Order: sequence, then structure tokens, then C-alpha cells
Amino acid sequence: MTDFTAEVRGVTKRYGETEAVRGVDLTLAPGECVAMVGHNGAGKSSLIKLMLGLTTPTEGSIRVLGGDPASAACSPIRRQIGFLPENVAFHPNMTGRETLDFYARLKGASRRGNDALFEKVGLEPTAIKRRVSTYSKGMRQRLALAQALLGGPKLLFLDEPTTGLDPALRQSFYAIVAELRDQGTTVLLCSHALTELEGQADRVMVMSRGRKVADGSLATLRSLAQLPVRIRLTLPTDDIDALASRVGQGAALTRLAGGVVELACANDDKIDLVRRIACDGPAAKVAVKDIEIVQPSLDEMYAHFLRREAAE
Amino acid sequence: MNTLLIIAGKELREATRNRWVVATTLLMAALALTLSFLGSAPTGTVGVGPVEITIVSLSSLTIFLLPLIALLLSFDAVVGEIDRGTMTLLLSYPVARWQLLLGKFLGHAAVIALATVVGYGAAGVAMAMGDAPIGTESWRAFAAMIGSSVMLGAAFTALGYLASTIVRDRGTAAGIAVAVWLGFVLLYDMALLGLLVGGSGIGVEALNWLLLANPADAYRLFNLTGFKGVSTFAGTAGLAAHVQLSVPLLLAVMAGWIAAPLALAAALFSRKQI
Repeated sequence: MTDFTAEVRGVTKRYGETEAVRGVDLTLAPGECVAMVGHNGAGKSSLIKLMLGLTTPTEGSIRVLGGDPASAACSPIRRQIGFLPENVAFHPNMTGRETLDFYARLKGASRRGNDALFEKVGLEPTAIKRRVSTYSKGMRQRLALAQALLGGPKLLFLDEPTTGLDPALRQSFYAIVAELRDQGTTVLLCSHALTELEGQADRVMVMSRGRKVADGSLATLRSLAQLPVRIRLTLPTDDIDALASRVGQGAALTRLAGGVVELACANDDKIDLVRRIACDGPAAKVAVKDIEIVQPSLDEMYAHFLRREAAE
Repeated sequence: MNTLLIIAGKELREATRNRWVVATTLLMAALALTLSFLGSAPTGTVGVGPVEITIVSLSSLTIFLLPLIALLLSFDAVVGEIDRGTMTLLLSYPVARWQLLLGKFLGHAAVIALATVVGYGAAGVAMAMGDAPIGTESWRAFAAMIGSSVMLGAAFTALGYLASTIVRDRGTAAGIAVAVWLGFVLLYDMALLGLLVGGSGIGVEALNWLLLANPADAYRLFNLTGFKGVSTFAGTAGLAAHVQLSVPLLLAVMAGWIAAPLALAAALFSRKQI
């Protein structure tokens, strides 16, 4: 027995000629929030379908909550899984309350908690009584989240959960996810919106053309990618030469708009570089009005891993 | 069992919401009432006529109408849910695929049953309120007609489910449903008639089997030859003497026409890649 919530070992999934997932290994631990990123058709949704047991792997094995999700006796497992599909759809002629009641009964969850769930995801009591066909995208997404949270799942799959949500809603959405994670729920999150994942995910997994190309915490990925850190300096004068002599060979210097100079250097050199610029030394002091250190964003790292994958 | 009822209940509720139940019930009631009032026209009086005449005309109409309603109701059942994206979410719940299919079928069959029983029942009430005395035997024949109509509807609902499971596209499913209706309801009997008139000399035995190979014909035989009073009016008394198909056999065949397509659809659905 393992303590993992989900364990994927060497899984390949073929649809005819096309390989949707190729030799993927993945483990999810309790209370972990893992973000899966990748472009369209990278195999993210296919992998989630495999872990839900909607499809069976061509090769490899999958264990979710201690069992095979595609087996005939998977009902106890599925009761503990929440799923928010990409492009969620509901039966248009049912009201919000009827929809959630229906799914709660299917899941064998108590319907008493439904009001609390509606409140949690921020669906107004007047909206609950209306038919789903009158809902906006944001309201449908809230309803979708509510059904995913039914029965207090141990494992939560969220496929593109924040598409079409306004920024305020995203904030509350991630607050809910963080709360669940703190309660020990494992969350697997798929997204294109990489910037919003920063600070949310314990681990990031990069998928490309069905393959896992990187997996680790944001810090790990940063050191793996070895992307340059950029230091932006706002100078009062155009005296770049003095700065250049201070900086020396260790960093590339580019001039940006508005009197801003950008220095790109390796992550390990950045502290040393800042010291050389700001502190008094043998040469003349450089006047600096402002300093900003820009870490490589998830977007850049993602692009980096894809470039590396393409080069291989 | 519980899961089946939850799904069937949801299906019935949806059909109520989008007016399917009301529309079909009203249609059935209107037709049944019209036919039962006109039923006495051949006997020379206008008013509620003998039950037997109503059974003959109503069952003939049912053969055309009910399969069409059943197929319209069911061709979208599986492929439509996959298309709209509701299927993925449903299947991620603790529901076996056969449960989902059977539950939805039960819901749709309930819609058909409700429309038939209420619609035709209205005609029954109208006849009961008429002046003409109606015997127990007639009522039994009328009840059997309603019951077998529900079975006919269920059989074509099952065929619609099969069509809906086989294909990946809603348009194709609709096309298959129309083809099923044309084939079983119209062309089959024409071909059979052509065969008989052409004098290709198929025996009674072969004809019996060919009639069983079509749920609509099984329904027709059951209603027109199953009860003596009816077959006299239908002009099928001679045929009834020749056809050696017993009532239990006809009922079993109709039940088979419900179970077989449904079982096949369930087997295909459980292997379908969503």
C-alpha cells in the first residue's frame, strides 16, 4: 500500500494512430495542489479522463485512492472524487437547485449540505431557483464547482476551472481551492493561465505532446530551467557607461524605455550583482532611483521547457 | 436500483419541462377521442361506438404514430449527451454505464406510457360514458391495446437508443431513426405484401416468422387477431384462423424487441470511448 492519492505508472493512451498520452508517471499526495500546464492537445484532459476511469490506458497502470478507477467496483472510489470538466454543461431545463440535488443523489451525498455549497461558491438564492439555461458562464462555472465539491472529495480534478471567470471570481475560486488543500484534499488543476497558478500550486507539471516534460515545485523548475533573472534599474541620468563598468562581464545589459536599464544574469549571481551596483566600491558610486528584480515567470519557464522538448 | 430511479426520474422531469409529456399526451388523447367518436360512423350513427371499432382504428394509427414519437424522443438520448458534454460529468459519478442507459430508457419509456395510458384512457372514459353497453371482453381488449401500445413504444425507444449509441454524430442518429421508422412501419409490410402477391410461394410458416421479425407487425397481429370481437370488425377473422401465433408468443416477441436492442446498446455503450 502506498500513501499516494493517485499513482500513474508508465501510462500510454492511444486513440487509433494518435498517442494522446505517452509514458506518463505521476504521483499525487494528500493535501497537494498540482498544476498541470500544457498547450491544447498536450494530453491534459486525456490524462484526467484516464484517472477518472472514463477511458482505460493502452499501457501502464493507474491506481486512484487505492483502486483501479475503471474497474467495475469503482463506485466507492468515485464517491470520493470531484470533477470539474472543461466546457461544463448541464441539463438546461433544470434549475440550479435541482441540478445539484440530482448530482448529490447520484453521488450518495447528503442534500442538506447543498445550501452551504451554494453559499460557498457564491450562487445567490434567487439564481438557484432559475433554470440553468438562463445562467451566465460565471454562474455555470460556480454551479460546476459546487457539484465537484459534493460529498467532500478526497481528490479533485479541475480542468480549466477559471476560463471565462472575472478576476474577482478567480480570487474566490482559488481561495476555495486553498481551503480544500489545507483540509487534505488533493487537487489537480489544469490551466492555460499560468500566471494565476503562481502561488497556488505546490508543484507544476508541464505536458507537451502527451509527454511529461517537467515536474517539480516552482523553485525547482526555476533552477532546472536556468533562465536569467532580470534586474531593472531606473537611473536618474543617462550614465550607462558607469553602470556598465560596475556590472562587468557577468550580466547582459539592455536599455528599456523610460530610462530603465535591464540586466540579465544567472540566478546565482544576482545577489552579488546587486551588491556591486548598490554598495560603495573602488569605482564611483552609481546613482539608482529604483530597483526591481524580475524572476522568470511560469510563462517563460513553460516556453523554455517546450523549446527544449522541441529541440530533442 | 436506486440509481436507476434517480436517472429515470430526472429524465421524466426534463421531458415534463420541455413539454414532451404534455404534447404527446394531448396528441394521443385528441386522436383517440376523434377515432372513438367517429368509430360509430360505419354503423350509421354518430356518437361513441363499439369499443372494437375504436381498437381497430386506434391500433392502426398507433403503428404509425407511436414508433415515430418514440424514436424522436430517444435518438438523441446518448449521442446528444455526449455532444453537449453532459455525459463526461455523468460518467465520472458512481454510476455504471448500463445503469445510466437503462435509467434513461426507463424515463423515456415512462413518458410514452404516461402519454398512451392517459391519452387512450381519455377515450376509454368517453366510451364508458356513452349509451352503448360495453362488455367485459371489450374492455379487456381495450386494456390490452393500451398495454401493447406501451410495449410498442418501448420497443422503438430501445431501437432509438441503439441508433443513438452506435453513431458519433446527432445527425446520423436522426437519419438512422427515420430509416428505422420507414423500414419497420412502411416498407417492411409493402415488401411482405409484394412477396405474397408475387406468388413466390412462401409458406405460412415462413410468413409467421417474417411477421415476428418486426415489432410493428407483432403489435398489429396481437391487437387484430388476439380478440375475437376485434378480428370480426377488422376483417382479419380469416387471417386469425390461419396465423398460428399465440398471444403469449406475440407478447414475448414484443418484449424481446425491447430487451434485445437495449442489451446491444448497453454492450456497445460500455465499450464506447467518450
